[in-house]
Formats: sequence, C-alpha cells, structure tokens
Amino acid sequence: MCLSIPSKVVKIDKERNVAVVDTMGVTREAGLDLMQEDEVKIGDYVLLHIGFVMNKIDEEDALESLKVYNEILEKLDEEERRQLVQEDDNCPNRGA
Amino acid sequence: MAELQLKDLYDGFRNPEVIQGFAKLINEEAKKLSRPINIMEVCGGHTHSIMKFGLPQLLPENINFIHGPGCPVCIMPKERIDHAYILAELDDTILVTLGDMIKVPGSHGSLQDARAKGADVRFVYSPLDTLKIAQENPDKKVIFFAIGFETTTPMTTSLIDIVIKKEIKNIFFHINHVTVPEVMVELIDSRDEHVDSYNNRIDAFLGPSHVSVITGSKIYEKFPKEYNRPVVVAGFEPVDIMEAILMILRQFNEGRCELEVEYKRLVSYDGNTIAQALIEKYFEKASLFKWRGLGNVPKSGYKLKEEFAFLDAEHIYSDILPKEEIEDHKLCICGDILRGMAKPNECTIFGTACKPQTPLGSCMVSSEGACAAYYKYGNLL
Ligand code: SF4
Ligand code: SF4
Repeated sequence: MCLSIPSKVVKIDKERNVAVVDTMGVTREAGLDLMQEDEVKIGDYVLLHIGFVMNKIDEEDALESLKVYNEILEKLDEEERRQLVQEDDNCPNRGA
Repeated sequence: MAELQLKDLYDGFRNPEVIQGFAKLINEEAKKLSRPINIMEVCGGHTHSIMKFGLPQLLPENINFIHGPGCPVCIMPKERIDHAYILAELDDTILVTLGDMIKVPGSHGSLQDARAKGADVRFVYSPLDTLKIAQENPDKKVIFFAIGFETTTPMTTSLIDIVIKKEIKNIFFHINHVTVPEVMVELIDSRDEHVDSYNNRIDAFLGPSHVSVITGSKIYEKFPKEYNRPVVVAGFEPVDIMEAILMILRQFNEGRCELEVEYKRLVSYDGNTIAQALIEKYFEKASLFKWRGLGNVPKSGYKLKEEFAFLDAEHIYSDILPKEEIEDHKLCICGDILRGMAKPNECTIFGTACKPQTPLGSCMVSSEGACAAYYKYGNLL
C-alpha cells in the first residue's frame, strides 16, 4: 500500500496547506496537515503516503548513508583486487 | 556528494553493486553464526522489495525470511468487506475506499463486483478525495471505508478533522485501522507453541518502516527487552534491507539484542507527533480486531471514540451490518503464511485455483501480499 518513492517539494500553497511535489518527473499534490507549520520548504525531500506528506527526508542522514555505502564498495573492490592477485600468485598453471 | 539529489534517493539505495557489497559482508558475518536465523519482515512493502530484487538468492542458506502479516488489505476479514458491500448497496450511499481494496473477495463478492451490480463504489488515491465526492453529491451519504496500519491511520483522522471543522454533514466512516506491535506479540506467542512441529521460529524482525515514520521507533522497544527479539527498522529499498540484515547478524554475533534503526533518514525515536495527536484525538483501541488468517488479536485495532459516534457508520447502520464471523476457504493457508509457518508455494492451490486474477485468499489479493509476490517473482526463487 505504501511503497512510497521520495519526492521533491517544488511549490507550496499555503492557503490550502498543500505542497506540489515532483516524484520521478511526475508532478502531484500532497496535503501538509500532518506536518508542523512551515516545517516543509521548497527544495525539501519528502515521503508521501496516500496524498499526504508523512515526513521530511533527513538529508544529512541520507548523504551519510550513501557515503558509507560508497566506502563499502571501495573497500570491497580493494579486497577483491588483492584476492585476485593472490589467486594469481598461487596459480599452478603459471609454471614456476 | 555534497548535496543530495532526487536521483540519489532513487538510485543510491538500489545500486546493484552496493547490494552485492552487502551480500559479501552478510555472507562473511553469517559464517560466524552458531545457528540459522529466521528474520520476519512484518510488512508487505518489504516482502515486495525482497522478491522484486531477488534478495533471497544473495543470502547464505542459514538466513531465512519469514513473510509476515504484510498489508492492511491482506488481513481484512471477509466480514468487514461484507460490511462495505452492504453499505455500498444502499440506495442513498456512496462507498469510498483506497484502490487496493477493490478485488478483495467478501462472502458476497468484492467491492468491484458490487460496483458491477450498480452499487456506487469509488476508489480514491487519497482520503482527501472524499471531500470532493461529498460536495458533488450533497443528497448522498458518503461512507469512507478506512483501512490501513499506523501508516494510514493519521490520514483518516485528518479527514475526520476536516469533516468536523467544516461541519460537513454527509461524510461517515467505517474504521478498520490496525496496529502492528500487538500482532507482532501475537505472532511470537503463537509461534512458540509450534516451534517443534514446524521447526521454524522468528528470531528477529525487520521493523515496518513507514509505520515507524508515524509512530517512531519507540513502539518496538519491548521486543528486544521483553521478548528477546532484535528489531531493526529498515527502509524499503534493497540496500536498506541488506544493511538491516547485516545489522541483525552483527547483533547475534556480538551477543546483543537491541532495537536499531537503519532508516534514520525518515524514522526518529518519537515519530510524527502531529499525526499521533490526531489519532489520539479521534480514536481509541477496540478490544479486539479479527485479522484474516490470524483470528482475533486483542487491542490491535482502532475505533472512533464514542463522542464521535455520529460519524461512525458501524454504529449508525448497526441494524443491518452482520456480526457473525466467517471462515476462510478451507484449502487456503494464509493463516500459516502470515504466522511464518508456511511459504506460499506450500499451498496446494497456489498458482492453480488461486492466482492474482482469481484470488481465493487475501495473500494473493494485494499486490504486496506474500502469495502475489511469489506468483509474480517466483522465477527468482
Ligand atoms: S507499512 Fe505500508 S506496505 Fe507496509 S504493511 Fe503497512 S501499508 Fe503495507
Ligand atoms: S495461494 Fe491463495 S489460497 Fe493459497 S495461501 Fe495463498 S492466498 Fe491463500
């Protein structure tokens, strides 16, 4: 029911308390009734559920996670590389 | 990566290389485990991602997923759907509900069938759409058939809030909101009696993420403390799920049993307090809610507070709404699936008599149900 995809706030209609958001290039509206007044601003990333903004995405945390993931990648690559080299060193076909 | 882009949020948490990276770390960690670990993902959103991205294939043999109760649609008992059906058939009513409910069979048929027979049933994307329907049909009673876990509950209360503040006279509510921690307790308790016969138990939970966006992670605190089951609240993206599994394994290997949050970018300890206050204002716990396949679970559902009975369709129409319980199809093993005792392909009518086009049980009805996910992504198993 709620495989929500992150969206970006592009406009805010204060009168109706509604945000216009961009979700993968699709524009739609979402109610702001579950958020504090002025909590959501243009440019914020938010999560929607059935026509409402449920929460703001914490940018800092998202960036931090992505950074950690990149580090995992880099580290693994290095390890993999070392493994490959070692395997190569032990290769019986190379003829000593 | 100084500034966040929408693209990072889509692709970053789905990056296949990162998923592989986590798979390696998980495999290393899993070698240190002293016994196999069964992880229940309570939420259908997780089941869907797990199947869609083929995650079971990437995991070592000693890590198993148990698919939990999943989605509000899956757990809706027939008698509640019958209520919606009966209300929809009345001449002066319009029944409004969320799209997913469309195909769920009740004992008279689904709401889709009711509509084919001339009942006015409308499927909306958001509860707020009910306002427009009510405005355009002043001579009709518009009944919002409200469904969903904690994730969806505040959206219903927001509509109630508007109806009361704007003094709208023709919107009523049939409330079917359920809560997750109570059913998790039920699943743990019912599991333990069967450990031997089913050789299967829940060792840890992936916490339903969007539920926790509203409630905060605090609702799971008792599981590590009182039930000795670690909980890691995980996002729906495959990278989120893989990271959460790694976090669970590390807990086991380090001898910890804790509540942790992987999905920090959206989940705080306290959650969305505005949403919680709205729920508090209009709802109270019902003594029992019957979950399809699981039976009655104490304090696992909400109802409108008595002072709002004038909005409560269940109260207003109590004369015509049946109260008897209804059994499920006798070959359907949804109950066992929801309890983590069986997998969908163990059902004898899976994929034959029961398919997404002709669902017999709730697990096949919702696109996020375990049987539907196995049917759709089964080739990945
Ligand atoms: S959190 Fe969303 S996807 Fe998960 S069970 Fe609840 S409604 Fe379904
Ligand atoms: S395949 Fe159909 S009948 Fe069998 S358990 Fe799943 S939903 Fe129930």
